Amino acid sequence: MKKFFARAFLALILLLLYAPLIFIAISSFTESRVLGNWTGFSTKLYGNLFSGSMQGAAGSLMTAVYNTLIIALIAALVATLLGTLAAIGIFYSRGRAKNAVMFLNNIPMVNPDVITGVSLFLLFVFLGITQGYVSVILAHITFCTPYVVLNVLPKLHQMNSNTYEAALDLGATPGQALRKVMIPQLLPGMLTGFILSFTMSLDDFAVTFFTRGTIGLETLSTYIYTDARKGGLTPELRPLMTIIFIVVFALLVIINIRQERAAKKKALIK
Amino acid sequence: MKISNIFSRRSSWSLPYVVFLLLFVALPLILIMVYAFFDEGGNFTLSNLTRFFGDSDALSTFAVSIEIAIENTAICLLLGYPVAWILANKRYNRSAVTIIIFILPMWINALMRTLATADLFNMLGIPLGKGTLLFGMVYDYLPFMIYPIYNVLRRMDPSYAEAAQDLGAKPSGVFLNVTLPLSLPGITSGIMMVFMPTVSTFAISEFLTNNKIKLFGTIIQENINSSMWNYGAALSFIMLIIIGISTLLGGSGEEDAQVQGGLI
Amino acid sequence: MSEDNTIISIEHISKKFGDKRVLDDISLSIKKGEFVTILGPSGCGKTTTLRIIAGFETPDEGNLYIGGNLMNNVQPHKRPVNTVFQRYALFPHLNVYDNIAFGLKLQGVAKDEIETRVMRVLKMVGMTDYEWRNVDSLSGGQQQRVAIARAIVNRPTVLLLDEPLSALDHKMRKDMQIELKQMHRTLGITFVYVTHDQEEALTLSDTVVVMNEGVIQQIGSPTDIYNEPVNCFVADFIGESNIFNATMIEDRKVEFMGIEFDCVDEGFGENVPVDVVVRPEDIYIMPRTDKGQFDGVVSSCIFKGVHYEMIVNTPDGYELMIQDYNPFEAGMEVSMIIKPNDIQVMRKERVCNSFEGVMAEADHVEILGCEFECKPQEGIAAGDKVRVEVDFDKVDLTDDKRDGVCDGDITFILYKADHYHLTVKAENGENIYVDTQDVWEDRDIVGINIRPEDMRITKIEEAGA
Repeated sequence: MKKFFARAFLALILLLLYAPLIFIAISSFTESRVLGNWTGFSTKLYGNLFSGSMQGAAGSLMTAVYNTLIIALIAALVATLLGTLAAIGIFYSRGRAKNAVMFLNNIPMVNPDVITGVSLFLLFVFLGITQGYVSVILAHITFCTPYVVLNVLPKLHQMNSNTYEAALDLGATPGQALRKVMIPQLLPGMLTGFILSFTMSLDDFAVTFFTRGTIGLETLSTYIYTDARKGGLTPELRPLMTIIFIVVFALLVIINIRQERAAKKKALIK
Repeated sequence: MKISNIFSRRSSWSLPYVVFLLLFVALPLILIMVYAFFDEGGNFTLSNLTRFFGDSDALSTFAVSIEIAIENTAICLLLGYPVAWILANKRYNRSAVTIIIFILPMWINALMRTLATADLFNMLGIPLGKGTLLFGMVYDYLPFMIYPIYNVLRRMDPSYAEAAQDLGAKPSGVFLNVTLPLSLPGITSGIMMVFMPTVSTFAISEFLTNNKIKLFGTIIQENINSSMWNYGAALSFIMLIIIGISTLLGGSGEEDAQVQGGLI
Repeated sequence: MSEDNTIISIEHISKKFGDKRVLDDISLSIKKGEFVTILGPSGCGKTTTLRIIAGFETPDEGNLYIGGNLMNNVQPHKRPVNTVFQRYALFPHLNVYDNIAFGLKLQGVAKDEIETRVMRVLKMVGMTDYEWRNVDSLSGGQQQRVAIARAIVNRPTVLLLDEPLSALDHKMRKDMQIELKQMHRTLGITFVYVTHDQEEALTLSDTVVVMNEGVIQQIGSPTDIYNEPVNCFVADFIGESNIFNATMIEDRKVEFMGIEFDCVDEGFGENVPVDVVVRPEDIYIMPRTDKGQFDGVVSSCIFKGVHYEMIVNTPDGYELMIQDYNPFEAGMEVSMIIKPNDIQVMRKERVCNSFEGVMAEADHVEILGCEFECKPQEGIAAGDKVRVEVDFDKVDLTDDKRDGVCDGDITFILYKADHYHLTVKAENGENIYVDTQDVWEDRDIVGINIRPEDMRITKIEEAGA
């Protein structure tokens, strides 16, 4: 009986969480321009999306998607590199220096997007940097890197710190020891940090909104915002969202099942 | 000393990031303060801040934001805690993958989800207003409440609860005296991750209420967008003060919940 | 380098971590092919010494030579030494073969030569057929073997081993000790071995270096160290021992437990306070007779496998540990004899506590980082530098550190037949030595009190004043 109530409660919450997503997914298979009207099954919206010719109130949808991906990729790459180096540095420093860096590292995570956006906007104005691609990427690196640091640090704690010294002892230069011994052990944390950064960058609206300047740079988020404000969502967003949803869902489930299996395997050996 | 020697000490490897943090985190926050305390002519002034306290529009928005944020946080906690507890309980759930289904919506574009929710209400004929705003907010932020609580509960050593039972506590007593207090770090972390973002959201409230209700984030955005940088900065500064206070009150439980494995 | 067969020479090396001095003027020279063990309790500086040789730490003062070359600023990867780490430090992302081949690959050794050499060392450590195994799937002992193989495959001139057996169980440790000794013989290279296990040190080494608190206490062969310890620390740390406060009456005559004994030591002077150590197996025990040098009553008797270990109390309140092949049951009245050859006389490091301090006020003196009350001293004003002497048995320790003027950690406990001699590290890091009848535990935090009348204060005349 208890089990039944527990299950029912979970199911109800899931329904709440997924109703809008399912709604979008269903609506992506009809041609109606108004969301919620069902005018018969059709895959026309998918066809339109892939033909790449979609023009909405904010310009080309495909350009926005392309911008979003490029920004997310560059930001996540740089954040992973910077964050990994930083995590190693933080791990090996002590006392006040360590606390100070960790404190600064926490700020972007605690700050709401609006504050991060406004403060960076003021920075770019102050420095006279033309806002566009570069400023958006720098801003995204700012809010992504702390998550890389936080995902690499536990891997450093797990690592036997003598392995780096063992590599030096066996004739590796510090650079070789980093490449051949440390990085392979930190890789799982770096990968998680990268994926987190990538998805956060994809999802960001507020920070991009403040730092994209006036050159007409659109990412998916700002595209949707402009589109929705100028009356009605471009219907082709529905298939796009459905596809993104399915890809993300599949990725997350695969990663987690693999992790669970690895954990079970390890438990068996020990 | 040669550059290569500086970098042979591993503690120095964070230097590039420290420079980055100073430039892109510390300096921008200082700039918010500078803009908040100076006028357009570059003279020191408190007028930007005093203007807020005389601006009934901004004040009422502020009050509404805090109210909505408290309500949203409370609802998220009431719905999210049981979810986290059931998922972390071995009797009901043995797989570590189930939680993913609950936090997955976090990864779908928030604006898109919001618009879909608004359209769903429209289709069902429910008028947009405070009720729909709260619904949308809960919908957006519930995963942020579930995840940290789940993480703390799942890592909790079951022998604490067993010890309490062994000492004669009833199941309700075990929960109130052992499980709940031990999960407090997750709760504070969840509250931090829901409360502050709710106060500061913009766009979402407009879409969910048809522009009827504005939240504090929207006011900041409007001022910055209409080039009222100093006033916008002053409003941001007030926001920062609130963040500072709530961080001090809540501790940094967020870090705790995040360090263990991240969000994937 | 004076001698050709010296491979490692450590000259006056000191090292500090922050305020803590971990190595204090260490000098040591190690011969080619020698098996040297650095032995000491945890925190004595033995691992730091090894890490300085390996290049993971740089000395603050002094020089390190390997093979005649100054190594102070040479990076670890350019040194002709390899290390076996305490927790193995195998690379978890590489299999056994790649772990062992790691160093050879970096040197650019040809592929087929790498293979022959890896296979040869695998055979040597008894791990043939394990080359493709994941290192995580190996047992502790197997990981240890791989760690050794990974180091020796590079043919270092010196192999450094940092407590390599400490993580293994007792039986496995014994087996590995024998294998290490054989390996040392086969390879013919120098082994520098760090351990806190005195039995391991005595079993394995040609030379033992005993360290404590960053200072080398004694260097010698295992038999020298055991039979002729130079001070109480070494005597207590190596094997079991009975240690006494004693007085050297004249050459070949020493007095302890109120009894005059003949001994073989000379040159200490007349009526000089000394320490005496007698090993438990060197006290001859027999049923009560008038032929003994002194009498006592057995209070406990335990069978230890080969011998019996008895605790014997004398009428004067001394407690001795005695080992014999024959049991003497508890309660038995016995007599004992100690032969001159079995009495090891050692110079005392100090006869009382002596601190440098400053007069804070007329009736307060600052020593050990705290202000103690003292009697006003004629001719000494506030601010003067002073020397304060306190006898060991005039220091009071309290359970609660708040009850003491100063607090400290008990870092070393020595049992001296009728009392304990404690070393207590005070707040400022200086040691105060305490004789007491009370039983304390190592690492206890205690309060320190000294009565004003027990302080002997003298002014230190400053040069030029």
